[in-house]
Amino acid sequence: MHTWLKNAIPNATGLLITEMVITGVILLVFLILLAFFLGYMERKVAAFMEIRLGPNRVGPKGTLQIVADTLKLLFKEGFTPDAADKFLFNLAPGIIITTALLAIAPVAFARDFQIWDINIGVLYISSVSSMAVIGILMAGWSSSNKYSLIGAMRSGAQIVSYELSIGLSLISIVILSGSLSLNDIVESQANGWWILKGHIPVVIAFVIFIIASTAEINRAPFDLVEADQELTGGFNTEYAGMKFAMFLMAEYINLFVVSAVAATIFLGGWMPFHLGNLTGFNHIMDFIPSSIWFFGKTFFIIFIIMQFRWTFPRLRIDQLLNLEWKYLLPISMVNVLLATLMAIMGWHF
Amino acid sequence: MFIKEYFGGIFKAIKSLLTGMKLTGYYFTHLNKIVTEEYPDNRATLKMPERFRGEVIMPHDENNEHTCTGCQACELACPNGTIKIITKQEVQADGKKKKRIDAFVYHLDMCTMCNLCIDACPSDAIIMGQNFEHSQYERKYMKKVLNKPGSRLKDGVE
Amino acid sequence: MLFEPDHYNEEGEFVVNMGPQHPSTHGVLRLKVWLDGETIKKVEPHLGYIHRSIEKMTESLSYRQFIYVTSRMDYLSAHINNQVCALVVEKALQVEVPARAQAIRVILAELTRISSHLLWFASIGLDLGGVTPFFYAFREREAINSLMDENCGARLTQNFMVPGGIMKDVLPNFQQRVKEVLKQFKDNYHEYDEILTGNVIFQNRLKGVGILTKEDAIAFGCTGPTARASGLNCDIRKLYPYDGYEKLQFDEITSTGGDCWARYEVRMAEMKQSVKIIEQLIDNIPEGEIVGNTKKVIKLPKGEFYQRVETARGELGVYIVSDGGTTPYRCKYRSPNFANLSAIPHIARGHKIGDLISIMATIDLIIPDIDR
Ligand code: SF4
Ligand code: SF4
Repeated sequence: MHTWLKNAIPNATGLLITEMVITGVILLVFLILLAFFLGYMERKVAAFMEIRLGPNRVGPKGTLQIVADTLKLLFKEGFTPDAADKFLFNLAPGIIITTALLAIAPVAFARDFQIWDINIGVLYISSVSSMAVIGILMAGWSSSNKYSLIGAMRSGAQIVSYELSIGLSLISIVILSGSLSLNDIVESQANGWWILKGHIPVVIAFVIFIIASTAEINRAPFDLVEADQELTGGFNTEYAGMKFAMFLMAEYINLFVVSAVAATIFLGGWMPFHLGNLTGFNHIMDFIPSSIWFFGKTFFIIFIIMQFRWTFPRLRIDQLLNLEWKYLLPISMVNVLLATLMAIMGWHF
Repeated sequence: MFIKEYFGGIFKAIKSLLTGMKLTGYYFTHLNKIVTEEYPDNRATLKMPERFRGEVIMPHDENNEHTCTGCQACELACPNGTIKIITKQEVQADGKKKKRIDAFVYHLDMCTMCNLCIDACPSDAIIMGQNFEHSQYERKYMKKVLNKPGSRLKDGVE
Repeated sequence: MLFEPDHYNEEGEFVVNMGPQHPSTHGVLRLKVWLDGETIKKVEPHLGYIHRSIEKMTESLSYRQFIYVTSRMDYLSAHINNQVCALVVEKALQVEVPARAQAIRVILAELTRISSHLLWFASIGLDLGGVTPFFYAFREREAINSLMDENCGARLTQNFMVPGGIMKDVLPNFQQRVKEVLKQFKDNYHEYDEILTGNVIFQNRLKGVGILTKEDAIAFGCTGPTARASGLNCDIRKLYPYDGYEKLQFDEITSTGGDCWARYEVRMAEMKQSVKIIEQLIDNIPEGEIVGNTKKVIKLPKGEFYQRVETARGELGVYIVSDGGTTPYRCKYRSPNFANLSAIPHIARGHKIGDLISIMATIDLIIPDIDR
């Protein structure tokens, strides 16, 4: 696409802008569709786990239910409470959704298909995604609602602490593969996904990453920020209509991003499944498009995170912090040491 | 010792979490266990139990005759004042005047389906119907007259 | 923003009103909570949002009619509420209840207890953020409800009791249906353990939270599973047997922990005891009459009458003063939830907001029973 546009638009700046606009639009459309699909998927997964049918009225098998819901939210009044700090109140959903969108840039969707091939991809993702807390704090603070305030304060404590474990668990892979670029990490798994290579630190890092990222995106059992039974909705109690929909969408995009990152880093991204030197088998696996590999893995992780939500009760705030500071963080520190040791001694392959 | 407890705790925790996930996973993969009843779609086959208390009705036979004598026992038995019986004097074939019901007024919106009126009725003139779809847009539709127009008391019931 | 006066009251305290419309209060209960960060400094329940003056209404209802109103108090043990009313009338009139009626009453009452505890199990999962157990419990509860529907005519507010017995005889397939329901319950019971009881998050949410000592339980007048979890023997079925409970073998479940976890365990074990009771009765329901010898219009002799039963939540007492007429002169219900609620401010102090939810969930409040 780049070369094609280059011929059409000779001017370099013009080219850049057009490219950005086109990718932006494509990305937005893709993500909205994705959020729709994830919303539908979550409902169906929840329903099947709860021996229910789930949405089945609008559209075939209820597929259009989420569209109907969006329409409903669109027509609702975009209510701003009187006592709220209006500017921040309206800005917060924007911030949350922007950070969610930003984090998707370096993710490789398929072989050689990446929006932004940045050489510090891992670092970029972990730094951008932790910015979501600003939006949540802003929303909770500016709502001028006591429940929102408590929710926002919880989110501050929660996201800041879980950020550490996420970083550390990513680092252990970075150490092993020797690169911060997501592309290089994927390439390093050409001879087998990290999780399947049987390195103990990788498995531990994977588990920690899944747990910590579930907490990072505020999903149950770590959804203390929303905690509807305690805080009636937490930081987004006062939001309605499209602003609320933006929170929902950000939640699903975040879910996608962390799953995509987990899939890329631990499950080999778009890398097909290869088995030793069974050439015939490997050829068949190569035949499956790389994007299907990527999305397959991503949705597998999304499914696991959803299953968490529909199986476990919620933690209490002090237990949440205990889990991080007493268990996840020490373990992941030791884990990084282990990984470093392995990398130095060259025990990995 | 501490280390053992620490890791033992972690393993126990993970095991308990996996047990739960196994159960939800089991139901996710066994869709035939779904218990949902698709209510408005199964109207045709939906059959309420015989004793289900949906509303008070007054059965009429093929000659448009009922067995309500207008004794007002049900009106007295009802705790909510749901039933109002309006009687009239009717001239019989033999020239005598007898008390007959003019209207059996039943306020569905006040009824708690407690079955006391049915129990109290000496001539089994009223029973519980199985219809439960009572919603109406206006309250006035909830007020019903149970005896059909032109209906009369079955002969031989006093 | 934060320091605007509406966030803090005059004394500079952070006060949150939980309810009357709040997802975890199961009704219109309003708890005024004084917070210090996440920690609870003080809780103050405000009642009266669903007051329907049932006691006053009773004064104008006859002794046949007043039974049905009590279904609206603790709607989850409606059947047991009706039972206490029937029992007090029988006690006053000294009517003998036929053995068949007694057996059916007890079977239905224990089924009600199971279904009430199932709903409690469902909602404790829901309150603590796990939605799925709700549906597993409701599947069994639905079976019980359909059984009630078939035999009594209503799922929740059965009104199957009349003074002296029961309203109608049960259907011929009653025994077989009850067995089916029990089998379904027993087959699925292990799922509750898997999804909630064994779950480490759930255990940590309940263990050591909201400890109610035995002395406090007595002082606050707590009854039912709430008090039994504190080690207090207070099962009315054992202490003051009624309707033939004295002939049945079952254990009174007590625990000594007094915390939310103990309350949880007591209730879970009580369901099994209820199954045991039903199993003893179901195969030998005596034949015979279903209503004792009562007049059409019931007049109680002059005097005061008190009767208590064990509902799913504790001791329900009804106290009737009769002046010899057809309606009570004064009627007072001693409802278990009102007394149990009074323990909450005491035991919630010093805990986190999340703990208040677990405390409320394990005490199992039914708000209409508090206000009546
Ligand atoms: S069912 Fe009860 S409330 Fe309804 S009319 Fe009969 S006695 Fe009255
Ligand atoms: S319905 Fe029965 S109780 Fe009521 S007035 Fe008619 S005969 Fe009497």
